[in-house]
Amino acid sequence: MSAVKLESETMADGVSQLQKQLVDYTASLFDEAFLDEQFNQLQQLQDENNPDFVVEVVSLFFKDSERLVDELTKALDQQTVDFKLVDKNVHQLKGSSSSIGVQRVQRACIAFRDCSEEQNVEGCLKSLQHVKHEYSLVKNKLETLFKLQKQLLAAGGPLPR
Amino acid sequence: MVWEMETDNIEDMDMEVLPSMWPEDIGADAGKQFNIDKPGQDQDMLEEVTFIEEPTIVDFKRLLELTNYTDKGSSQLAFLVKHWEYKQANAVRLLREELDILSKQRQEVELKKLEILEEHQFEEESYGGDKRPISILDEVYDIWLDIAPKKHDVVVQSKRVEIEAEYDTVVYWKQRAMHLEKLLEASAEREQILVDKLQESIQSLERQSSPVEELSQILKRADNFLHFVLQNAPVVIGHQDKELRYRFIYNHFPSLQEEDIIGRTDVEIFTGAGVKESQDFKKEVLEKGLPAKREITFETPLFGSKTFLIYVEPVFSKAGETIGINYMGMDVTDQVRKREKMAKLREEIAVQKAKETELNKTIHITEETMRAKQMLATMSHEIRSPLSGVVSMAEILTTTKLDREQRQLLDVMLSSGDLVLQLINDILDLSKVESGVMKLEATKFRPREVVKHVLQTAAASLQKILTLEGHVAEDVPVEVIGDVLRIRQILTNLISNAIKFTHEGKVGIRLYVVSDPSLEEGERCPQKLNADQSTVSENGLKEDADQEGFHVDGPYQNHSLNDEPRTPAKSEVSMDADQEEEPQTTTVWLRCDVYDTGIGIPENALPSLFRRYMQVSADHARKYGGTGLGLAICKQLVELMGGQLTVSSQEHCGSTFTFVLPYKVSTSSDHSDDPDEVTDMANHDAATDEVAESFFQFQPRTLGSLFSSNGSSRTQKLLPHKIGFCGSHKLNGFSQNSYSFPQNNIIPEEMASVENGCSAIDVAETLSEPESSASHISNHNCKTPAHADKQGQDDTNNQFQDSRNTDSSYHAEPSREVSVAAKLREPQGTCKRQEKSDADSESTSSNISKSTSKPKILLVEDNKINVMVTQNMMKRLGHSIDVVNNGIEAVRAVQHCSYNLILMDVHMPIMDGLQTTRIIRSFEETGNWDAAEKAGIELTVPSQDALQNGHSYTPSGNRIPIIAMTANAFSESADECFASGMDSFVPKPITFQKIKERLEQYLPD
Repeated sequence: MSAVKLESETMADGVSQLQKQLVDYTASLFDEAFLDEQFNQLQQLQDENNPDFVVEVVSLFFKDSERLVDELTKALDQQTVDFKLVDKNVHQLKGSSSSIGVQRVQRACIAFRDCSEEQNVEGCLKSLQHVKHEYSLVKNKLETLFKLQKQLLAAGGPLPR
Repeated sequence: MVWEMETDNIEDMDMEVLPSMWPEDIGADAGKQFNIDKPGQDQDMLEEVTFIEEPTIVDFKRLLELTNYTDKGSSQLAFLVKHWEYKQANAVRLLREELDILSKQRQEVELKKLEILEEHQFEEESYGGDKRPISILDEVYDIWLDIAPKKHDVVVQSKRVEIEAEYDTVVYWKQRAMHLEKLLEASAEREQILVDKLQESIQSLERQSSPVEELSQILKRADNFLHFVLQNAPVVIGHQDKELRYRFIYNHFPSLQEEDIIGRTDVEIFTGAGVKESQDFKKEVLEKGLPAKREITFETPLFGSKTFLIYVEPVFSKAGETIGINYMGMDVTDQVRKREKMAKLREEIAVQKAKETELNKTIHITEETMRAKQMLATMSHEIRSPLSGVVSMAEILTTTKLDREQRQLLDVMLSSGDLVLQLINDILDLSKVESGVMKLEATKFRPREVVKHVLQTAAASLQKILTLEGHVAEDVPVEVIGDVLRIRQILTNLISNAIKFTHEGKVGIRLYVVSDPSLEEGERCPQKLNADQSTVSENGLKEDADQEGFHVDGPYQNHSLNDEPRTPAKSEVSMDADQEEEPQTTTVWLRCDVYDTGIGIPENALPSLFRRYMQVSADHARKYGGTGLGLAICKQLVELMGGQLTVSSQEHCGSTFTFVLPYKVSTSSDHSDDPDEVTDMANHDAATDEVAESFFQFQPRTLGSLFSSNGSSRTQKLLPHKIGFCGSHKLNGFSQNSYSFPQNNIIPEEMASVENGCSAIDVAETLSEPESSASHISNHNCKTPAHADKQGQDDTNNQFQDSRNTDSSYHAEPSREVSVAAKLREPQGTCKRQEKSDADSESTSSNISKSTSKPKILLVEDNKINVMVTQNMMKRLGHSIDVVNNGIEAVRAVQHCSYNLILMDVHMPIMDGLQTTRIIRSFEETGNWDAAEKAGIELTVPSQDALQNGHSYTPSGNRIPIIAMTANAFSESADECFASGMDSFVPKPITFQKIKERLEQYLPD
């Protein structure tokens, strides 16, 4: 026990532990279907020339999604719901979530879209809640992931691929 | 007193005798087989029935004999006789009794008389003598013992009491004599009465019937009853003798006269089916001596078709010999018919049930299969995505700095990955076809080009010393309509198969018109081939080479020919006529043979050849690899397109795969207002191309070239493209060597450059295709060559350069590029292309090493995140792209700038991708932006500008490849895309692999 502890205190092992932690965490995100293959595609696009690509895209996604969710909340708050508007926004959200591989949000969007097509206000409100929930979950997860990555980079270790 | 007594006695006797007269019934015992009523009892009933006696036809003599000789007959007779005897005995006994009584009485009387006389003579003795006789008689008639003594006692006593006169006096005697006299008188009287009675009795006895009469009466009654019972029964009863001649027959429905039957056999009487059988059956019974039943169907002219149930029993003589048969037949035609109907019904029901079960089973199996297939497809799909990731990453890895060992490992990895991908694609293709999801596209394409490109592609990756050749008959239309991608897939599949199994010799494609699929068998291809070859040598000097721009090198230059003398089949002529005269589309059947001189296919493997996962043997599978799906897919595809795929093969000699497909031929757009036509004339270069027979040949590369690429297969594949440039120069100037790449020293052979030259053309062609920049190059070329050349040169050069410099992965799969190129190259004339490539190469020759720009790509996408991701991916792939956010912006962008490719989101606000595409297509076809204006987009570019920018479109059919990006990868959505004029689609989210594939397809390099 003590030996292990001792080892872990060394710098290199700190990095490897962080690395392991990151790998495990990433795997868990995939396992729990927060992320899908598309997220890997994003990570592939990240390289020395473009070291913050994933964070950039995801940040853009956060910003965009929050705007869309706001608009959706507003749209569904109206006396007469403009389903076209709802449709449009949901489509956007669905497109971007699919693009970055946030698949649980994407799925929630599909359900949302179905409700909207049926002009089912109740269902839309429920879906909106669901989308919000999934969004905040994945946001947390991704932020944690980025934090871990940052830590790792700060510790001098390369990001695991 | 005595008299009275006697009367009593007689009365007694009467009472006793009556019951012992005739037995009441001769056959009263129960259980007798022949039961008959007492005569008279039912006379009424019998009288009411009218008997028809004719049916019974009897040979009486025979009957007599029978009754004499057969057991049965004699027993019957014996029975009757016994009865008769019994009756007779009874009668005799009764008569005897009567007689006895009478004689007794007479004796008595005589005795009495004697007594009287004795009494009269010896009066003393009379008393004693009086008792004796009575006691003796009493003893004799012991039957009457009980009664007689009593009576006699009375009689005796009364006798004694009667004499009252004094004994022994005269008076007494007188009195006594008188009394006796009276007695005597009475006795005589009584005797007289008895005699009368006897007489009467005898008379009545005589009145009784004689035994014969009695017997015949009984028989008659039996006969009557038999008739009564049988009169309507559908039975025939008969007796036949040892020779099976009828001796007796009863038939209620007689159809023959007695003389026709009696004394004859069945065979003599009837003709027709069944007669012989019945005769044989009877014979059998006769021989075996055992009764038997059988059903026999007769089909005689006499009574038609009838089935009889026949019972035949043998008749034995007393000695135990069979002397004939009794036969009884019953007409069971109706029953048999019914029974047969029932049997048939039952059978049908059984069959129905069996079918049902079978059907259920099939349904079940089908369902299972479908499920399994679905599962397979899903699985395959799931596997494909990550796998393509692996492969494409590996491909990217090849572009990085690697040492030799790493490269080799990577090559193995890539080829394995490619194989698995191919397998999965095959599976998906198959399941698509089978589930009916596979949709065929109808696009115009040039069969010659397809053949050429397939061969080129094959030649490019050929690693054997094989000659690849292609023959396209001159009557094959220049352009046909069909699903070119699928056709190419089939051809590529068959060719690569052929190459795989061929170690030396050649592999080739022969394409020619057949008038009808049924007639196609008549045309013998080898002969045609021979003819071709012979004419090749004849016409060797004709100045019509280079029509396709292939036959760059001396020895092979003359293979493609204008061969009017060869036009053999009349079908071709008619075909041509069709083309010329009919303004609309006609259907033409093209037969394509893919032949090789390979290992062939053993006969026993032929049937399973097109089954999936089937390879000729496990050995082959090991040796040659492959998925075993290729042929199955080919077959499915060919059949899907309404054709047929067949194979003929001879082991160790080669195989020929043949498919015949119908294609639509559009004739209207081909000739008249095609601007290319002018170009053709102007260039007088291979003007006859459109109708000429084409012959392509790709000679084996030398070992040198083979070894030159020993580094890796990938680099090897790259070679043709590089060398391609020199090929294209050669087209114009003949100084081919001056243009050869110095670094390519290893391939000095002409053969190599043939092939390379071809690919060069390919490159050139494909370059000129994409709508925007490329097409206006062509326009400039033909109209104002001097002016336009500059821009054209630059563009082409850029692209050439680009193709060389960008990812080698573009080159990695030549087949894809080529197929795309063919698809794009739609309505243009070959000559035009030729001309273009001339121009291009002329200009490029000097600029070849200049650095150039990249193809222009437009991304139409409203989602920022998608834009960001896609942009980065494209960047990664070496492309910078223009981005617009909606359809209107896209239209404007197209107005301002020429793009080589447009990636179009389908679902967009303001104007969606479908409408945008339609507007762009409309512009391409009409040359004006009316559609855009209609949609409310103002033209921001003056038309003059457009002209200056090379937008002076004539409707030439050139198109910018537009690739849809759609969130719904479903087929119907794809249909919509295609219907709007999009060329392809990428399902979202966009991945590296997907976008790369599309770029490879639509961006020529």
